[in-house]
Amino acid sequence: MNVGVVVFPGSNCDRDAFHAVETTDGMTARYLWHKDTTLPSQLDAVILPGGFSYGDYLRSGAIARFSPIMRAVVEFARRGGLVLGICNGFQILTEAQLLPGALLRNAQQRFLCRHVFIRVENNQTPFTMAYEHGQVLTIPIAHGEGRYYAHPEILHELEANGQIVFRYCDATGAINDASNPNGSLMNIAGITNRERNVLGLMPHPERACDSILGSTDGRGIFQSMVHYFASVGV
Amino acid sequence: MPHYRATVTITLRPAILDVQGKTVEHALHALGFTNVSHVRIGKHITLEVEAPDSNAAQLQCTAMSQQLLANPIIEDYHITIEELPQ
Repeated sequence: MNVGVVVFPGSNCDRDAFHAVETTDGMTARYLWHKDTTLPSQLDAVILPGGFSYGDYLRSGAIARFSPIMRAVVEFARRGGLVLGICNGFQILTEAQLLPGALLRNAQQRFLCRHVFIRVENNQTPFTMAYEHGQVLTIPIAHGEGRYYAHPEILHELEANGQIVFRYCDATGAINDASNPNGSLMNIAGITNRERNVLGLMPHPERACDSILGSTDGRGIFQSMVHYFASVGV
Repeated sequence: MPHYRATVTITLRPAILDVQGKTVEHALHALGFTNVSHVRIGKHITLEVEAPDSNAAQLQCTAMSQQLLANPIIEDYHITIEELPQ
């Protein structure tokens, strides 16, 4: 499975994502430059990595969304290609309207950099099939603007369609205000589009793929993508 | 063609918690300005456009605001246009 990791000016998790892909059985990684206008023909998934693309100028993801490669990424997603947006990548996906809603400054104003617990709310997606439904994962967050917001009717739709894939919880899986690090509505940590081929999440699974870093719970996202890819037999 | 200076003011929509505004409000209270409330922080963008008339300039700035300058999901914008001397 060939995975492209987009490098924007200001991306700083591109190498971590590359490493996570390369160390997942069945995946190989390559970098994609933001100025490219087309994607390589043999490409099976795209990762928009974390960081501060274009210095977060104007709004997080607002400028990256218009970088040349994004037109190709949007088209790839519309054709059903797998797109994973992590942290700033999630912000870019909302700005590009591949995912609904927006990410606002954390409710406590602080940049948060620590491990959190998230619960798998839907394991019937290409990104989560290696997990159990309701499984609690330990994954780090590192963001200043991760407070998920969407209009009430959109939230309702997300929930009804099973598009809420990860929610912040405590060690036991309980979802409440105390386990919500940034004030996200409904404790939302990650969502998919309606078709399930685009996932955006604020936590960093690529930083939770080696036991030396404190958790390997993020590996399942990459393994899920490999399983999915094998199952659709492309 | 005339030149116009546009000022675009962008603020978080009223229903959305403005944590920056809240923090500044607390700081103002700490300074003794205890009668202050509803502090909101936004962005102020100025730009110059060449357009046949002020209406056309306004329409262009609206398009810019919707596509890039503001995120309509979370932000409101207000545009004022003034003609620059030739």
